[in-house]
Amino acid sequence: MSFLPEGMTRRHFMSHLAGASAMVAPSLMMGNAIQANAQELKKQGKSCIMLWMGGGPSTMDLWDLKPGMNTGGPFRPISTKGDMQISEHLPKVAQVMDELSIVRSMSTREADHGRGRYYMHTGYVPNPNIEHPSYGSVIAHEMATERSDLEIPPFVSVGGGSVGPGFLGMSWAPFTVSSNGQVRNLGGLKNWGNDTLTSRLGMLQMIESGFVSQNRGPAAVDHAKILDKTVKLMKSEQMKAFRVNEEPEQMKELYGNDSFGRGCLLARRLVEAGVPFVEVDLGGWDNHQNIFTTLSDNKLPVLDRAMSALVTDLKQRGLLESTTIVWMGEFSRTPRINGNTGRDHWARSWSTVVGGGGIKGGLAIGETSSDGTAVETEPYSSEDLMATVIRAMGISLDTTFTSKSGRPMKIANGGKLIKDLIA
Amino acid sequence: MLRWQLSPVTLIPTFLGMVCVLTSGAFATAADYGIPQVATINEKIRQGWEDYGISPSPEEMDTVWARRLFLDVLGRVPSVDELSEFSRDRSRDKKKNLVDRLLFDEKYTEEYARNWTTVWTNVLIGRNGGTANNSQISRAGMQKYLRDTFARNTHYDKMVEELVSATGANTPGMPGFNGAVNFYMDKLDEDGVQATAKTAQIFLGLQVQCTQCHNHPFNEWKQEKFWNMNAFFRQTRAMRGQMPGNANNGMRAMTLNNVDFMGEGRNIDNAEIYYELRNGLLKVAYPEFLDGQKIPTSGRISQVNRRDELAKFIVGSDNLQEAIVNRYWGHFLGYGFTKPVDDMGPHNRPTHPELLTYLGQELRENSFDLKQLIRWITLSEAYSLSSKITKGNALDDPTVGEPPKFSHFYLRQMQAEQLYESLLIATQAHKTRGNYEEQEKKKSEWMQQFVTAFGTDEGDEATTFNGTIPQALMMFNGDLVMDAVSTKPGSFIYTMAAEGQDGKEAINHLYMATIARRPTRKEVDAANYLIGIHKGDTAKALQDVFWALLNSNEFILNH
Repeated sequence: MSFLPEGMTRRHFMSHLAGASAMVAPSLMMGNAIQANAQELKKQGKSCIMLWMGGGPSTMDLWDLKPGMNTGGPFRPISTKGDMQISEHLPKVAQVMDELSIVRSMSTREADHGRGRYYMHTGYVPNPNIEHPSYGSVIAHEMATERSDLEIPPFVSVGGGSVGPGFLGMSWAPFTVSSNGQVRNLGGLKNWGNDTLTSRLGMLQMIESGFVSQNRGPAAVDHAKILDKTVKLMKSEQMKAFRVNEEPEQMKELYGNDSFGRGCLLARRLVEAGVPFVEVDLGGWDNHQNIFTTLSDNKLPVLDRAMSALVTDLKQRGLLESTTIVWMGEFSRTPRINGNTGRDHWARSWSTVVGGGGIKGGLAIGETSSDGTAVETEPYSSEDLMATVIRAMGISLDTTFTSKSGRPMKIANGGKLIKDLIA
Repeated sequence: MLRWQLSPVTLIPTFLGMVCVLTSGAFATAADYGIPQVATINEKIRQGWEDYGISPSPEEMDTVWARRLFLDVLGRVPSVDELSEFSRDRSRDKKKNLVDRLLFDEKYTEEYARNWTTVWTNVLIGRNGGTANNSQISRAGMQKYLRDTFARNTHYDKMVEELVSATGANTPGMPGFNGAVNFYMDKLDEDGVQATAKTAQIFLGLQVQCTQCHNHPFNEWKQEKFWNMNAFFRQTRAMRGQMPGNANNGMRAMTLNNVDFMGEGRNIDNAEIYYELRNGLLKVAYPEFLDGQKIPTSGRISQVNRRDELAKFIVGSDNLQEAIVNRYWGHFLGYGFTKPVDDMGPHNRPTHPELLTYLGQELRENSFDLKQLIRWITLSEAYSLSSKITKGNALDDPTVGEPPKFSHFYLRQMQAEQLYESLLIATQAHKTRGNYEEQEKKKSEWMQQFVTAFGTDEGDEATTFNGTIPQALMMFNGDLVMDAVSTKPGSFIYTMAAEGQDGKEAINHLYMATIARRPTRKEVDAANYLIGIHKGDTAKALQDVFWALLNSNEFILNH
């Protein structure tokens, strides 16, 4: 009755069903041999951690203070270990500013949250006809061959949504986890064991290949890749990296016992495990009212502790020179303080912060006018910043993607390097 | 695996396409069921194919079409019984009969209302709206309003009027409860900027949020229009409310009231507002609709109720009918006439402008009865086509930015809510569900694992339920799927195995329950092989087959 020869093993059954597809076979042959090389490859590999400030932080109150001006707000500047001054409410970050640089001459046009988030994540303005890949997807895609040993998804987004892979396809999508590193629904294998998994995946493969071969488009094809990655991940020892709560208490306190602090600590663990791109989300910067108390009592202490801890910790572990750090939001806030003691959306003159691997620290690049309303030196855009980070990671700026429609797309939208930052 | 296979199936449409070029109009007329709106949709969509020289995919098999319909209209896959009933209908009108059954049979009223409540709750207050402890929104209140609306088939113009002009208490059980108030409840901060932006976006298909601060770089909206529209919301206040007795149900009870507005110039008879230009100058604004219609400038409620007036303007606007047609077309066909569906205007030309205008007018003519709109769309030829891409229409690929031409059905991920309801149906777990509120609470808790908020005042959010690893993990190992494939006494599989159905019948059943088709010969052989290795333990084999089906593309996609 069976179409299988007598005595055929399960694995033969699988590969028989699998046909030409690569979905099941590799995931079943997961051995330790590949992992032996992991240490070696990781040394060469660079990583990037993006600290994403959802809502648009007022960079005039953090990185580019205008004391004494009517736009300046109440915060005082303090000296740093680098060659610049920053807000008094970031004292710990001030002590590591020799590793980080401020780009004070960011000038963009997108002052809507959705559009700004997209633009700052991709280097492209939103376009209804095409979806562009975000930092994490681009970097993960470019680092993929080098990290063939990596079983954790190469783009992890901690506590936030990030922006997706666009035309690169769902297999480069962010793997979103909460800041405590909890990965839901990971535990099935314990319950059913390998034989069951083998049978089920074999059957699934049979159904999938039938559907995909009927030419239903890229979404159907991507699913097979996702399933393969999911199986790998379920079996992987590397998933230990997510167990951030196993860190010593002292370390957890250093980063701060809040979700952003935990998220940054998780980012360090993931980078240590070889993940090329981690985004950590800190929202709540959309301060249209009561901005100064919100910043001084809540947002800045959280940011100060975690960001300084991250830089220090990476440095002590020898990871800072291979880990590029980017701090940014979708835009900044109006120099003018509104009637609710808040600031509204402003993209024309603002700051981002970069540092770590491949980036010179301790510098303040560019200047804004004395009241902060205009950039007075060469303005930089999202694509310029992205190009600079991409380059710092050792990825060629000549890289060009082909969108699904066959249109060539330059990496980082052909942005120009912020040359002073290149180490 | 993906190599193009030249088969007779793929040649047929190409051949038809050639005939079409030679003798224009030689297509066989698609069924229109005697409904003029369906005939017009078919004609206009075909015109698009002819203009681009593409040919449609063949018609999808009936049961798979029915699965689509159930997913889009009721938010779940059909049960095996429902599919059998449909298959038994041998009449020419079997599709129309099914559409009418889902829309008009009392048996489906509750499910219809549940599905559209889910859809509209997400549109109006987002997947996160009202889920935080201290939220001003009562999600339950919003849902109760919508459920009543869709169960009664309140026509769309009335629904919009009720939402825009709503006053009352937000939480069920409060005196003066009106769940509709929850739409605006959290949108009144900063002088109602969000109320303005969301009203324009959702009901008029206009994205105006950028014009709050400056003239829009590429659409017609000017900053002045934004604030003219915003002036309609200045009599509206959200206030803390009281639950009767000591009950608070953990909710933050609120009411939405209209109160006199003094005007920022402190002259109630001419209650103006001010807004700031980019150069810092202040300008004055009064309530004025986008087409220039004005109302008296008094801020006294007894003289002018600004939101009531706004509701009338919106209901009278052509934008209303086209925005809702676009939204519903997008819901059923996977892409609207514009992308996104709620950003319309000269900067974003619709793919089928005449059809959009026509359907908008027809909807207004038909008293904004959304069930009629659903009938026209679901009975159209475009909705009946296979999702298999053929050589004749490979160019019609909206995923690469091509304007959609609807020559084949576009694959799409099931929404998380659809998957949840479908899993219950496929496993018959819905038969033992609690009351409505408990069910919705459970679903909402489950949903939260896929929702991330963006940390802005606008409450932007994203769902990670999109075919990526978290979703795959959930389908591999999650509670719902574990329960679904359970072999414990009383479970779906246990019952099937215990009822002595032989393997073949049970496997057919599983295929119909999940992907609405019979297994292929190869798939039957594979399933039998599994029964073999489980040494005749049918339940175990069925469990594996069921698990594989639930995890397949064919199940998690609407195709």
